[in-house]
Amino acid sequence: MNSHPPTPRARGALSRRNLLRGGLAAGGLGAVAATSGCGSPLAAGLAGTQLNPGTVTFWNLFGGGDGARLQLMLDEYRRQQGSTESLQAATFAWGNPYYTKVSLATLGNKPPDVAVAHLTRASNLAAAGLLAPITDDVLALAGLASSDFNERAWEASKFEGQAYAIPLDTHPWVLFFNADVCQAAGLLGPDGELAPIEGLEAWEAALTAGKEASGGFGATTATVADDSNNWRFFNTVYSQREGNTPLIDDEGLSVTMNDELAVDTLATMRSWVEKGLMPATVDTPGAETLMFTGKSAFFMNGEWEVTTAQSIEGLNFGMTAFPTLFDRPAAHADSHAFVLPRMERDDAQLERAMGFVKSLLDQGMTWAEGGHIPTYLPTFESSEYQQLEPMSNYADAASYASYDPPAWYSGSGSNFETVTGATIGLVQQGLTKPADAVAGIRAALENYAKTANPL
Amino acid sequence: MSAQTVGAQPAVTNVPRGDEGQTGGRQRSAWLFIAPFGFFYVCFLLGPSLYMFVASFFDTSIVKNGLGNFIGLENYSALMQSRDFWSSMWHTLQFTIYTVPPLVILSFVFAVLANRMPRGSTFWRLAFFTPYILPSAAISLIWVFIFTADTGLWATVQKWLGSEAPTPVLGTPSLAMVGVAIATIWWTIGFNFILYLAGLQDIPRELYEAAAIDGATPWQQIRHLTIPLLSRTTTLVLLLQIIASLKIFDQVYLMTSGGPGTSTETALVFITKTGFTDFRIGAAAAASFLLFVVIVAIAVIRQLAERAQQKGA
Repeated sequence: MNSHPPTPRARGALSRRNLLRGGLAAGGLGAVAATSGCGSPLAAGLAGTQLNPGTVTFWNLFGGGDGARLQLMLDEYRRQQGSTESLQAATFAWGNPYYTKVSLATLGNKPPDVAVAHLTRASNLAAAGLLAPITDDVLALAGLASSDFNERAWEASKFEGQAYAIPLDTHPWVLFFNADVCQAAGLLGPDGELAPIEGLEAWEAALTAGKEASGGFGATTATVADDSNNWRFFNTVYSQREGNTPLIDDEGLSVTMNDELAVDTLATMRSWVEKGLMPATVDTPGAETLMFTGKSAFFMNGEWEVTTAQSIEGLNFGMTAFPTLFDRPAAHADSHAFVLPRMERDDAQLERAMGFVKSLLDQGMTWAEGGHIPTYLPTFESSEYQQLEPMSNYADAASYASYDPPAWYSGSGSNFETVTGATIGLVQQGLTKPADAVAGIRAALENYAKTANPL
Repeated sequence: MSAQTVGAQPAVTNVPRGDEGQTGGRQRSAWLFIAPFGFFYVCFLLGPSLYMFVASFFDTSIVKNGLGNFIGLENYSALMQSRDFWSSMWHTLQFTIYTVPPLVILSFVFAVLANRMPRGSTFWRLAFFTPYILPSAAISLIWVFIFTADTGLWATVQKWLGSEAPTPVLGTPSLAMVGVAIATIWWTIGFNFILYLAGLQDIPRELYEAAAIDGATPWQQIRHLTIPLLSRTTTLVLLLQIIASLKIFDQVYLMTSGGPGTSTETALVFITKTGFTDFRIGAAAAASFLLFVVIVAIAVIRQLAERAQQKGA
């Protein structure tokens, strides 16, 4: 909001209305003023009306760089609408807490007009009956059609054949590299980009070279305090292997993990730590700092960390898809999407909500600059995006993205990710043996698998 | 809380009894005065508790209307076989074991010391009590910052002491609960501290003077005067502390959200997760009821212990 100087009127200049309102309140008639449409939460709650008629309420879970970027987009929407009152946006803690809030607010008939959800979670919200369907008519309100979106993502937004979410992006797990360190380690091609790394041996050689050049580590990623990250790392590597099977199947009713392959994958991941190529205990900011300060050649995380990396002065870095170490390319991914929580909406409200979604989709380039691969084709196919560096380097990761297996307890930040990720982290830290970890994961998942689906 | 009601009792019995009509009127007004509390008690405690008990026999889902299907004791039997439930109960107990002894003993020690300070006792009282007035969210932020892996204050201290790879307290399953316990002790010690201070004020100074004249050392005074005379305060503090520790939720939720994995998932975190994140209200109700039974059992045992103690005295 700071980028748009307020008009003198908006900043509470002494207008006749304000004076009158103040006078009423001072005269002990504050209650009248409060209920007369200036949007007191109490009055709206008691009357069961909308808090601020004409305002779009929007909930999201974007922290860090994503949050900063989103703020730009929200400001742009407010500018388009010509009023700061047009939008009320709230950001909540990521993961289960966020989805619990969205669910309970919807059940309590006080949901936001528009909310962000991961596609892996949206299907559960839809199954629980908490979302309004996104029909062609709804899309048409904002001049959109389902053909405007990446087909794979659009299909993933469906539950029982009906779309319930409008996908905004695909966000794969990627490889960040410190270009200076990689240059010193001889890992860069003549074009200044990372020379392709193919296969396990090449990967370990690259890590070793990176370790020597940096004097620290070859690669870093969080092993502590970020269960989802541990799971993403494992899922990326495991999904690249021939013979991998989803950890769970039948909508979560059965555990189908290939135990042998999982043990071997974990042992391989752990061996990188044992060889000193990766740190055993580090959290996300720590892992990031190591790469940013040249103490590591690589850093692995979701592409969204690009905004943080860009904010580091003098950091010469690049991004690429996670190399194919085994039999086929794969990278853990999910998609952010817009959902319309179920509520009584009049046409104007629905149109306003869709107008807001459209405005954010139209600002897809701003979002793409944050590392995300746009699913809105007009943005994805634009020459602007195709030339966007280093983001377009991994754009095809969307085509081999490995999502969480569907279940009522899975999805980004879910119980599934927590229990699997925590155990994987323990292996990385050397506190659990791979075989014990896989047995533990299996036991935990079987516990969920036999629990009746509450949706 | 201090047991100084003895003097007030005759005054109550000396009030002349009115006739039947008056008593009826007084009863009515008593009911009226209690009514607002009664209303909230029924609406927000008894009612929901009853609903909880009933729901524990159904496969109630928060996203479906009504109670769902009647499944008898299935929720309970599933819980009995659930590793997660038992481990959450164990974590609750673990937290209680970690926090109750220090919170009782340390608050006693600090109260005695602060009480003996010739000057600046206000400062010490304030110093020990101030953390208690902070919200749990602030406490959690402070301690998460201290325990941040690799770069936090604690990791830095460990590095000063020569550790190459400091242990991430909140990221290690065996240590995470200790971290939460330390934060809790620092946060809540002020409450017990105040209770003990109040108890200490009730001990007549003459007793100490008499003891001092008889040649009792400060330690003997504490051992033979302070501790026995504070025994009632101690039983109260102990009970309140055990119940408070069994209800541990905020710090765990905010500092570790039950992690790593489920290694700090306490009973209330398990119940919240089951009920509101997994939508399984029926199962959460059954778990709540079991926790309720445990807490009541502990309160009853404590009551019996106190009765035995009084008989012994």
